[in-house]
Amino acid sequence: MVEAHLSILLVVVPLLAAPVTALLPGSRLPWSMAMFVTLLCLVMSYSILVDVAQGNHIHYELGGWAPPWGIAYEIDGLNALVAFTICLVASLVTVYAFYSVPADIPEDKHALFFAAYLLCFLGLLGMTMTGDIFNVFVFLEISSLATYALVSMGRNRQALSASFQYLILGTIGATFFLVGIGLAYAATGSLNMADLAQRLAGSRHEHTVQTALGFILVGMALKAAMFPLHQWLPRAYIYAPIMVSAFLAGTATKVAVYVVVRTTFSVFTVTYAITTILDELLIIFGSIAVIYGAIQAMRQTTIKPLLAWSSLSQIGYLMIGIGLLSATGLIATIVHLFNHAIIKTGLFMAAGILLYQFGTLRMSELQGISRQLPLTFWAIVIAGLSLIGVPGTVGFISKWYLVQAAVEQEAWWLAGVVVLGSILAIGYVWKIVETLYFQPDKQTVEYAGPSREHVLPLILPVWILALACIYLGLDTQITVGAAESAAREFGLIP
Amino acid sequence: MSIAELIAGSMLVPLAGALIISQLGRWPDVRETVSLITASMLVAIVYSIYQQSRNGVSATLVLAEPIPGISIAFSVEPLGMLFAIIASVLWLVTSIYAIGYMRGHHEQNQTRFFATFAIAIAGTMGIIFANNLFTLFLFYEFLTISTYPLVTHSGTEKARRSGRVYLGILMVTSIGLMLPAMIVIWTQAGTLDFARGGIIADSIDPAWVTPLYLLFIFGIGKAAVMPLHRWLPAAMVAPTPVSALLHAVAVVKAGVFSVLKVTVYIFGPDTIAGAQAHEVIIWIPAITILLASLIAMTRDNLKERLAYSTVSQLSYIVLAAMLANQMGLLAGSLHIAMHAFAKITLFFAAGAILVVTHKTEVSQLDGLGHQMPFTFIFFAIGAASIVGLPPMGGMWSKWYLALGTIEAGQWVLLTVLMLSSLLNIVYLLAIPVRAFFMQQGQTAVGGIKEAPMTCLIGMLVPSMMCIYLFFNPEPFYSLAQALASQE
Repeated sequence: MVEAHLSILLVVVPLLAAPVTALLPGSRLPWSMAMFVTLLCLVMSYSILVDVAQGNHIHYELGGWAPPWGIAYEIDGLNALVAFTICLVASLVTVYAFYSVPADIPEDKHALFFAAYLLCFLGLLGMTMTGDIFNVFVFLEISSLATYALVSMGRNRQALSASFQYLILGTIGATFFLVGIGLAYAATGSLNMADLAQRLAGSRHEHTVQTALGFILVGMALKAAMFPLHQWLPRAYIYAPIMVSAFLAGTATKVAVYVVVRTTFSVFTVTYAITTILDELLIIFGSIAVIYGAIQAMRQTTIKPLLAWSSLSQIGYLMIGIGLLSATGLIATIVHLFNHAIIKTGLFMAAGILLYQFGTLRMSELQGISRQLPLTFWAIVIAGLSLIGVPGTVGFISKWYLVQAAVEQEAWWLAGVVVLGSILAIGYVWKIVETLYFQPDKQTVEYAGPSREHVLPLILPVWILALACIYLGLDTQITVGAAESAAREFGLIP
Repeated sequence: MSIAELIAGSMLVPLAGALIISQLGRWPDVRETVSLITASMLVAIVYSIYQQSRNGVSATLVLAEPIPGISIAFSVEPLGMLFAIIASVLWLVTSIYAIGYMRGHHEQNQTRFFATFAIAIAGTMGIIFANNLFTLFLFYEFLTISTYPLVTHSGTEKARRSGRVYLGILMVTSIGLMLPAMIVIWTQAGTLDFARGGIIADSIDPAWVTPLYLLFIFGIGKAAVMPLHRWLPAAMVAPTPVSALLHAVAVVKAGVFSVLKVTVYIFGPDTIAGAQAHEVIIWIPAITILLASLIAMTRDNLKERLAYSTVSQLSYIVLAAMLANQMGLLAGSLHIAMHAFAKITLFFAAGAILVVTHKTEVSQLDGLGHQMPFTFIFFAIGAASIVGLPPMGGMWSKWYLALGTIEAGQWVLLTVLMLSSLLNIVYLLAIPVRAFFMQQGQTAVGGIKEAPMTCLIGMLVPSMMCIYLFFNPEPFYSLAQALASQE
């Protein structure tokens, strides 16, 4: 009985929990609530993922109203994996929050913080699960508004302006998305994605439809921080509290990329996308993002901006994978979406431990701390190697598929760009590793207080992700399996 | 135990050793004992793998399959067996030597040193037993990263810079060139498993063979083909045992080993021998041989001179692989063994000199032969073996390499080889000659003052092997023969 409703419970549980959390007193109760909800969602999303991996396609009609009148949830390998990613990242970040929130946020705001956090979480889940494009917009707004609040809670006053900038740009993006939906509705009279896809089959070349696609994708590209619509990302990541950065890096942009994939491959289909300039744009801007983001990352002297710019570079890979419009390219994007989520969340959380220990993330002040925090250091090394794409880590799997996809289409220069991105990643990852590893000539860091590394809520999630970086680099059944089933669903693999 | 279990053991034993060693920092004697026990266990494991595979037992160990069709798998074949014997035996020898060296030289962080060393050996074993190109690549990168702390051991600014060169060249070439080449092979041939006669002969346009092969030659940076050789002299900033075992044996031999594996089991010797512009690309290692020898002559720092000598000697093996005929492959695999024993002797001697006299430059060695006669005798033996003089084992690999060039009709290359041997005499044999026959300005030290006993044992074993291998180059000859005659 419950199983049939899992897909809706995944959204409803946090939705109901959020206002309750806001009313809870103190600090520990709201945290417990958030922890309980995210863990529950993790279990539910995992059981959905297992169910879908067996080849099932979940179709759930809200309130029993059949689409296209009612809202339906359609779950295949792709969104099951994305939902699982969100829940995994969210529950680990919540564990981390046990220490991180009291350290970063004033006590009287804890309940509101966790309420916003749950709203953001449910918005992202909703965007992922729904099969109704207007519903995507609704959940997008829920998660975005919550995100602005979360970002603004950063220690530094600049968090306010970063959040405001994000709000302006995010709203523009959402507006574009809404206009696109409106145009699609005008052309077809439907908002259900499956239904849209069918009705669009005959009328794809009408100007209204083309404009609709353009607006939808530009809106989502902005939320996904795809180059050149990325301006909000570095500032938002830098000034947000570190657990918010970790959460957003692993989820928000990923979900937006998911919507782009869903729209391109499922609503408008590949045969149509290939006739537009969409693929060229994605590949060209993606390539620029890979190189530009990596070069910017290499120039940073503080760890947080470095990670933020590296995210921009990694999003470039996702764009290239979509732009190739092939099965292998799609698999690369989906796999990398998951892989980058766990890598980057792990790195941000590990950086957080350094921040709580030394009160700074400036590299010049963190020289040689690997001896004081060896566990943190090694987690950073493992996640960093994954970011480069060293074999035996998750990053390698995504790079492998991406280069293979480029080689299949004999796009040699593109393979070169991907490889060059990896090489530049060696540069910025090793900049961190080298700084932390070598002792300075004279000691500059004061060892402040007890070792934060022995705080279990901080180190545990970091190491779970670090080990996942290795384990999932060797056993790719879950990730590649889900990606392949998505490619099959979209008709790219016979 | 079955072969598969033994292969797993060859990697797990050093890893376990590293773990135990890292916890024994407070008891140096116990720590070194564990180090020696681990190394001895590895020798025993490799020996029983050798025994079993000689009896025709074979098995494949599959660990995981990250990408459908591409697995992390291990098996035994002649070339790997040859390399495994060398690496395990020399690790044991180096462990003995390192005890004396590290204590005599009062190095810092000895625990980290011994632990990382064991990890690097585990990585080398992974390369050795790799059953496909992906597994080889995986452990190739593992070895690069695990040796980084050893190269930068001293932590000085110079060590950091060298570490950057080391990591930069090795990782950029492998990710930038070797990885794309591997993916091209995967898309064309649909497999990456090593197989006799190669896997791409039927599935690739012949025009592509040469560019693809060059991607490997340069992508395998550990083979130190010019102009990608700079990391090797840079790595000399490491403590001498590291230079000796890793940068004369394990790491660099892993490079040329990979070149040979790719030549024989991915492309197939016939494909390489018949490739377009084959007679042109063969000059890449030939030029490296000559240039590196010439540079070595100009270097006064002893370790740096040895490093350039290694660059030159590695290209002998690359050249042998590129000749891709039976004699060439025989010479190439044999030279892995011969050069290993000879060069490790030379590095040990250099380290012994450093420990006793704190001298690093060749020009400071005049007259030192009277103070350290054994060290310089061992040095002379090693040098003679590298030059290829009888009665040293090094003669055989040069002999077969010469035959290989003749078989290929490459008379000019033959001249290059001979010329390079002459240069070797000038820059290597000249060193013991200076030490024994030239007078030092102020020969202050009277009498003999040699290196610690463990250092002497460390030098004695490989130098005696150099001589022994002249009279009986087994088991390396039959293993090399097994590889070469597979065509």
